[in-house]
Amino acid sequence: MAMVLNEEQNMLKDAAKGFMTDNAPISQLRRLRDEENKDGFDRDTWKSMAEMGMTGVLVPEEFGGVAMGHVAAGVIAEEMGRTLTASPFLSTAIMGATALSRFGTGSQKSEWLAKIASGDAITAVAVDEARKHAPSTVTTTAERSGNGFKLNGAKSFVADGHIADMMIVSARTSGEESDADGITLFLVPREADGVSVEVDTMIDSRLASDIKFDNVELDADAVLGEIDGGFAALEQVLDAGRAGLSAEMSGSAQACLDQTVDYLKERKQFGEIIGTFQGLQHRAAHLYTEIELGKSIVLKALQTLDAAPEHATMMISAAKSKLGHVAQLSAQEAIQMHGGIGMTDEYDIGFFIKRVRVAEALYGDANFHTDKFARLRKY
Amino acid sequence: MLDLNVNVMLISLGRNMSDLEKFRSETREWLEANCPAEMRLPMKDESDAVWGGRNPTFKNPQQKVWLDAMASKGWTVPEWPKAYGGGGLSKDEAKILKAEMKAIKARSPLMSFGIWMLGPALLKYGNEEQKLKYLPQIARGEIRWAQGYSEPNAGSDLASLMTKCEDMGDHYSVTGQKVWTSYADQADWIFVLVRTDFEAKKHEGISFVLVDMDQPGVTTKPIKLISGKSPFCETFLDNARCEKSDLVGEINKGWTIAKYLLTHEREMIGGSGAGSGALRPMGDIAVQQLGLDDRGQLDDPVLRVDVARSEIDGLAFLSTMERVIDEAKAGSGVGANSSMLKYYGTELNKRRLELMMDSAGHDALAWDGEGDVARLWLRTKANSIEGGTSEVQLNIISKRILGLPTA
Repeated sequence: MAMVLNEEQNMLKDAAKGFMTDNAPISQLRRLRDEENKDGFDRDTWKSMAEMGMTGVLVPEEFGGVAMGHVAAGVIAEEMGRTLTASPFLSTAIMGATALSRFGTGSQKSEWLAKIASGDAITAVAVDEARKHAPSTVTTTAERSGNGFKLNGAKSFVADGHIADMMIVSARTSGEESDADGITLFLVPREADGVSVEVDTMIDSRLASDIKFDNVELDADAVLGEIDGGFAALEQVLDAGRAGLSAEMSGSAQACLDQTVDYLKERKQFGEIIGTFQGLQHRAAHLYTEIELGKSIVLKALQTLDAAPEHATMMISAAKSKLGHVAQLSAQEAIQMHGGIGMTDEYDIGFFIKRVRVAEALYGDANFHTDKFARLRKY
Repeated sequence: MLDLNVNVMLISLGRNMSDLEKFRSETREWLEANCPAEMRLPMKDESDAVWGGRNPTFKNPQQKVWLDAMASKGWTVPEWPKAYGGGGLSKDEAKILKAEMKAIKARSPLMSFGIWMLGPALLKYGNEEQKLKYLPQIARGEIRWAQGYSEPNAGSDLASLMTKCEDMGDHYSVTGQKVWTSYADQADWIFVLVRTDFEAKKHEGISFVLVDMDQPGVTTKPIKLISGKSPFCETFLDNARCEKSDLVGEINKGWTIAKYLLTHEREMIGGSGAGSGALRPMGDIAVQQLGLDDRGQLDDPVLRVDVARSEIDGLAFLSTMERVIDEAKAGSGVGANSSMLKYYGTELNKRRLELMMDSAGHDALAWDGEGDVARLWLRTKANSIEGGTSEVQLNIISKRILGLPTA
């Protein structure tokens, strides 16, 4: 497969770039932060994204989606990374749609997929319980109760959990605390009795939640995929999210470089444009190279995810690891090369270092994925 | 009856087979018949490579058989036109040939600066007479070429070179000193950057000429490197004779050719070693040398992380090589990206050899240790210097891609 976007994907890229730049630039995130917006994103923007088909990018056509695949989803995520657009795109349009279209029953699909495509439902993935991402360590339990299950436990760092209509929750139905076997996925409405949500504002001005489940009663049809065999499904859902995050980070990294290069061309010190100084030129050129490598491995991972999802895991971990490093390098270098002004809240560049730190940590940081890559490589 | 059926089947298969598939099966068959078994084994060391030339060395007679067979098809230079000794293959056909050779682990029949560097420059800038004279010799491995670029006082600042080329009426006379000329002591001819105008701006007084090294005015002296080996020489030109017909392109326009050729050289250096994707993965080497602990992880936890990062960067680099090629095909590429590939590919290769030293431990520290790791490690230190240093590549990226101003 050629390592370039096809015509359809290029058109989508132009449309997404235009839309984000005009409708959801960084000033929108700044406004949401300053007004302490309770949603943490702009609902009108989300509605427009749905009208443009973006929320249905991974939803099959029979449910009203456009089913353009993960490369296309990555193209949108990358553009959102450039403008730092806050939205439930990752948790809903990428992970929610992947979970339901791959593992949902007929009735689960018809209940949720059309609503995801139309922008009328938001989903979240509740997976982590501790300080660091560890998807196979699950202490939240789902005990059989009558025809269904009773859910007890707690999840943390749940992106978009506070506004989700439905959450995909991993819970233990058998096995020991860190066994991959014995995990089951459940579809849990946020409004269900026994679910309590505590919202945290993260450093990137987005909202994530700690969620407690206290004897939450679930029907048997709340199970997504196989009982006790949910870990493999969870990994596929997470992988789709990780690939999307990698694409988002590559957009953010590029935006930092672009703004920095513009600044280097106008700022004067010692009577010279500072972009003439080799000390800065080499930092910028090295950063360019790292970002180009990042873009390539993201595209490779997304293409693999579309062509052979069962073989994509290693490439996705490589991409998430690489982009975790590259995007953070880009944001750090952007501040350094901007000098003092880069440290001010008034200037936009600081928003990038904060978002990139969160995106890097979400669903496994660079260390997690470097280690996972090594394990998959059998060393 | 059975035979007839088979024939009918083959005929119908042949009809359905696209031209490329047909080319693939013919190529496979030809390689199977013509590539000697010994040429399907990995080279033991550098001395196992075939460089051709007026006085070629063949350590093994099969090397000559293989070279002659490939040259007879024009497949030492698959994409060059047949008129110049090439195979006349399309890009897709050449890709198939490469893949089929890789599948049987066939060695490259000929190593040659003529193929990698001078040939592309002659194809683009040479006149018809020069192409007909020199390209077929290169394709058949009959003449070994050296590159006369750097001088003692013109390294990264190559355009300040001072080797003098005087017009003597019926010929040119070349005087000066070149350095870092690879294998000049074994080469037959040298392509040389010379100054033909000392008054003009430095880039505008340079010409590109071809000089026969078999004459008293040309002498070479090997330079011993930190690796203990001498792949490079100093080359002294003292009133060396150069025919007028051996000026390539126009007089004083040699810098354009020099830059074009450097681009090829950069792609070659960047795409070799760790950038080639053909090497054994570093993780496999480390596991073999150090083993796994009881958790099934490399028995050196810090090295394990370094190895994983280098493999990830290697994947990202290979994906980038692919993307740059595909973008060029689609007409959307950035030309100066060859500098990016050269920069990253060579730095990656240096990292690989550092990891190989780490992984081999004390065994690698023996001067004549197995696999020559230490010498290879030392050799890679030149990767980010030759063909334009990493710093020069970063200058090019910042100027041509990022558009940063020069002072």
